[in-house]
Amino acid sequence: MRLRHTLAGLCMLALLPGGAQAAVLKATLIVPQDDSRLERSRAERAYLGHPTGPAANGLAVALEEGQFELDAAGSSVALSNAEAATLEAARAAAVAAEKAGAAVLLTDLPEAWTLAVADAVKLPVLNIGNAADSLRQQDCRARLFHLPPSERMRADALAQLLVSRKWSKVLLLAGPSPADQQRAATAQASLRRYGLQVVATKAFKLSADPRERALANPVLLTGGQTYDVVWVVDSDGEFARLVPYGTSLPRPVVGDAGLVALGWHAQFERFGAPQVARRFAKAHKRPMTAHDWSAWLAGKMLVALATTQPKGPNAAWAQALAKTTVDGSKGTTLSLRPWDGQLRQPLLLTDGQGVVAQAPVEGLLHPRNVLDTLGVDEPEKLCKAPR
Amino acid sequence: MNPIQPTLFRQALCTAALALWVPLAWAQGTVYVSSEKDDALTLIDTGTLTVKGTIATCKRARHVQLTPDRKLMVACTDSNAADLIDLATGKSLRRVPLGDEPEAFDISPDGKTVYVSNEDAGEASFIDFASGKVLRTVKVGGEPEGVKLSADGKTLYVTSEVASLVHVIDTASGKVLKNIKAGKRPRRMAFNAGGTELWVTNELDASLSIIDTAKQEVVGTIKFEVKGARAEDISPVGIQMTRDGKRAFVALGRANHVAFVDVASRKVTNLVLVGKRAWNVALDKAEARLYVVNGLSDDITVVDVAAAKAIKSIPVGRVPYGLVVVE
Repeated sequence: MRLRHTLAGLCMLALLPGGAQAAVLKATLIVPQDDSRLERSRAERAYLGHPTGPAANGLAVALEEGQFELDAAGSSVALSNAEAATLEAARAAAVAAEKAGAAVLLTDLPEAWTLAVADAVKLPVLNIGNAADSLRQQDCRARLFHLPPSERMRADALAQLLVSRKWSKVLLLAGPSPADQQRAATAQASLRRYGLQVVATKAFKLSADPRERALANPVLLTGGQTYDVVWVVDSDGEFARLVPYGTSLPRPVVGDAGLVALGWHAQFERFGAPQVARRFAKAHKRPMTAHDWSAWLAGKMLVALATTQPKGPNAAWAQALAKTTVDGSKGTTLSLRPWDGQLRQPLLLTDGQGVVAQAPVEGLLHPRNVLDTLGVDEPEKLCKAPR
Repeated sequence: MNPIQPTLFRQALCTAALALWVPLAWAQGTVYVSSEKDDALTLIDTGTLTVKGTIATCKRARHVQLTPDRKLMVACTDSNAADLIDLATGKSLRRVPLGDEPEAFDISPDGKTVYVSNEDAGEASFIDFASGKVLRTVKVGGEPEGVKLSADGKTLYVTSEVASLVHVIDTASGKVLKNIKAGKRPRRMAFNAGGTELWVTNELDASLSIIDTAKQEVVGTIKFEVKGARAEDISPVGIQMTRDGKRAFVALGRANHVAFVDVASRKVTNLVLVGKRAWNVALDKAEARLYVVNGLSDDITVVDVAAAKAIKSIPVGRVPYGLVVVE
């Protein structure tokens, strides 16, 4: 891929009149070596919201479809890939990429690794795989941008749907991992924001031990109280899959199973989305997930950036990136929030079969941009890094 | 005597007069509306403004227009073909293959060649109308959409939604002469009266780009504004001009309005509220009525052009897409 795009760039160089230089945008993607998220047994489960293949796949589709636009503008994108087994290796890969002339880094890494990369270089970093709120809030960085929706955005999207359905009494089930605890707190914040009532919060445990059945059995966990809806927080995914149709009362399930808020689903029918999903499936022989959409969008941003051809050093690319807008085939132009670098975007609510609803839900208002009803808004000032 | 009665009587008289007058003013005609989900055209009587029937079509019917010999041609994305429908019988005469996933098309003035956008392949195809053979394919930007041929048939314009370009293609050689940068997600096009300007709607830009066809470059942009709607809710798609090229009508998509534009001053003169996601538009022969397809409310809106007012909405098939008025 790298060779092809570089070659295309060289060809354009020869074609351009007046000796004008073709703009080559160099970018490096850093991903974990032996990514545990992509182990076959995990990827095959295809839990909603989990990746099922490498980020490079989505990027490749975007660069392929952007080739005509790049050629027409006399620009090119040279993308290289790096794998890192440790945080230190990720940092080293970032430093090496900067030395080699990369103008943009892309990461699909855990939180701490992402921060290590962002702090090691003076380049803009596009996070394409991590939804952690901390990266957009207390740990935000001025040159760190986020393409996947944050956990807060996903929770807000579900809360909006609950409000619109008047399902106001929520039973919250949360797993034992630190990630689950954090995401449960995020869910609570969204529920508060939309005036929904948490009737109870219960911890669950994935176990077949009969002595632990009160923690492990969805029927027992959801018995003994009334509620309109069950919200399950399970970053791992295995327990959550047992909750729909497993509740004591016949109530819908949302969160990490049942109805899930995602940045993309291959069954989305509108705004040219089927064409994008089809191109991806054709190229990589699997349905396009939300993770793939973020990677694809990163490629779209690189193409958009390369065709603007900012003059000057790499700093010019960084400035242009913050202002880049892209078409994500979700019906509206997408831009980056100036206060935390998060990509504004509509979210899709899916049961895995199709897209049930979109957020922001219809009728919701916001003083400036209705997309900013999803996630941390500017006045909350949760990201202190100056931009 | 009850004072309400004369008013009622007058109203009744007026209605009766209107009912008599309408068929005289609007000659017998039919609006054919395609539907992406029903695989059928809905037929609307222009006199009574009611549905008078449906015609089954190929799968996922989208762009529809008349051929030079007045057959109805409807392109079907999922059938990779168009149905050629005889207006008198309402029956399909034959299927014309249009390559993979055709979206929109145009026909050469001599009726011999069909130019079509193949959205998944990112190609424009030249197709021999009689034999259905693919004469040539031209690689264009991703998700090509609008297809418009110059009046002399020599220059073909194709929009690419992904690349935000208007491709200028020489029909004789099949060469891309120029790629013109339009706004985000360019969709449909219309020529002015002399063909000196090509107007291109930009779905994700709340705007329309005006291309000078001699210079082959954008010479103007019209930004659409609708009170109470933000720029991101204004997604222009369908466009048609009057025969004299003085006025343009643009469907504003999610803004649920149609804009009337004065072509000379490039100013919006009227905004008419229509149905949900106004998608494509068509004028009748007298240019007195504008028919607007509403993609998300499964209906069309009939707009009185002189009064700039919607006068009726008529339910049609599911996810209606395009339309043609035949009189």
